[in-house]
Amino acid sequence: MGNDHFPEVTVYESMRDKGVSRREFLTFCSIMAATLALPASFAPRIAEALEKKKKPTVVWLEFQDCAGNSESFLRASSPTVKDIVLDVLNVEYHETIMAAAGHQAEKSLNDVVKNLKDQYIAVVEGSIPLKDGGVYCCVGGKTAADIVKEVCGNAMATLAVGTCAAYGGIPAARPNPTGAVGVADAVPGITVVNLPGCPVNVENITATVVHFLTFGSLPSLDKHGRPLFAYGKRIHDNCERRAHFDAGQFVRQWGDEGHRKGWCLYEMGCKGPETFKNCPRIKYNEGTSWPVGAGHGCIGCAEPAFWDKMTPFYRRLPHPPGFGVEKTADKVGAGLAAVTGAAIVAHGIGRIVSGGKKESE
Amino acid sequence: MGKERIRVYAWEFPVRLTHWLNVLSIVVLSVTGFYIGHPFSHAISSRQYIMGWMRFIHFTAAYLFLCSVIVRFYWAFVGNRYARWGALIPHTSRQWRDLVDAIKFYLFLSRKPPYAVGHTAFAGFVYLFIFLLYVWQIVSGFALYNLSAQTATSAALGGWLTGIMHLQTIRLYHHLGMYLLLAFAMAHIYIGWYLDSKERNGIMGSIFGGYKFVTGKEWE
Repeated sequence: MGNDHFPEVTVYESMRDKGVSRREFLTFCSIMAATLALPASFAPRIAEALEKKKKPTVVWLEFQDCAGNSESFLRASSPTVKDIVLDVLNVEYHETIMAAAGHQAEKSLNDVVKNLKDQYIAVVEGSIPLKDGGVYCCVGGKTAADIVKEVCGNAMATLAVGTCAAYGGIPAARPNPTGAVGVADAVPGITVVNLPGCPVNVENITATVVHFLTFGSLPSLDKHGRPLFAYGKRIHDNCERRAHFDAGQFVRQWGDEGHRKGWCLYEMGCKGPETFKNCPRIKYNEGTSWPVGAGHGCIGCAEPAFWDKMTPFYRRLPHPPGFGVEKTADKVGAGLAAVTGAAIVAHGIGRIVSGGKKESE
Repeated sequence: MGKERIRVYAWEFPVRLTHWLNVLSIVVLSVTGFYIGHPFSHAISSRQYIMGWMRFIHFTAAYLFLCSVIVRFYWAFVGNRYARWGALIPHTSRQWRDLVDAIKFYLFLSRKPPYAVGHTAFAGFVYLFIFLLYVWQIVSGFALYNLSAQTATSAALGGWLTGIMHLQTIRLYHHLGMYLLLAFAMAHIYIGWYLDSKERNGIMGSIFGGYKFVTGKEWE
């Protein structure tokens, strides 16, 4: 790097200067090893890497989003993780939280892109509209598509945080009026790690960066571009309510006895059986809770096209296409069976009525 | 040719065996599958294991069904003329003519019931679609099974499907497939019974014993 503008401190030095104790630092390394699904023996290796590696420079871009991922990133409650997350990363540009504004802000982004080509990490939050030349989202007079192409194209790697940045998310829901897409579709060919979720779990962002600092490579990804350490297991298979599912104990109505007793939310349309994420393990807000823990089914927010495919959120199955929105698959199926039965009866009656006559050759 | 009936061995043992294994497994799969989609009976104690057993039975029956379909698929290559693909796929002008005649008959446009020693052209054509429906149920079923099981078998038989189709879409059409099979079974039994009463050639009995009793005219 060797540029005066960008600090040359290691992750550990930065933490230490902020008053993070050695014990807290090692605790953090253990948490990261656990989040990465590594054995505890990897914690010293992570500590060693964070003691030696320089803080990676990060630019955080926001497009069609609600800033919910930024909120998640900043809302860590206890000082340990909040300070540490901000200390692992050297955030040079973040529209929502940076002090600079206007041309000053744009200058700091340009400085990073120009001076740290292929050395910085781009974090993207929000989807990128491509329709009508990308006019539906412009920052500083440039379209989101152009900004992403320049900033992510020159970055070492891009983290698409939140479902909007990963797969287009809610802005891309039918009929997708702005032609919104995720980063990997907006700039094909660049290195992208998708960290979907609505919002993303901050531990997963940090762990991805820590993995990179420790092993010098990005974590291995699934077919949707998501790190396997966080998105390799199905929510349903790690759910705290799973035993109630296997037993056959289900919530049938909000507030019923089963709901009060914390039974399985399967019949209330929980999408845990089709969603892959580590929510049951790491939860949100520093392990405080998560949707199923709070008594509401999973809505599958970490899966591609979730708004179109996971709805209706309170039913097991989507509506069959071509029928009214209130038709469920079972009504259609029962209708099909009824029509078949009616056809059989009609045919039988028809034959009885014409039964007297001999068949003609 | 007289009215005398000839005893013809139409359905060989593997055809009959796979037919009844399909019946058994489809009934079990439908009941357990319906429970998995809509748990209609609820446990009163957490020591019960209703969903667990339903899923276990569903998956076991699925393997039985898979094996049965594989045997029938193989027999469509080596079995007698009534079991082969040629009997299912309309490829001769006579089959196409019979197909049209059969549709006319079922729609009351003709009074001549479809006669055939094996499948009628219409039945064969429907069975071809049912066979494709079996393949869909197997592939989509293993795609869903692969979410938790992740065995080499489940990955090869269905795991790849999740890369090209959304999970909820797979789930929906796996569920609707059950209703199509239910509708088919109803029509299948009714038509079998109806033709049996009309033709008196022992169709209903033939799927148990294998023999049909056809007149010389049909035997041409």
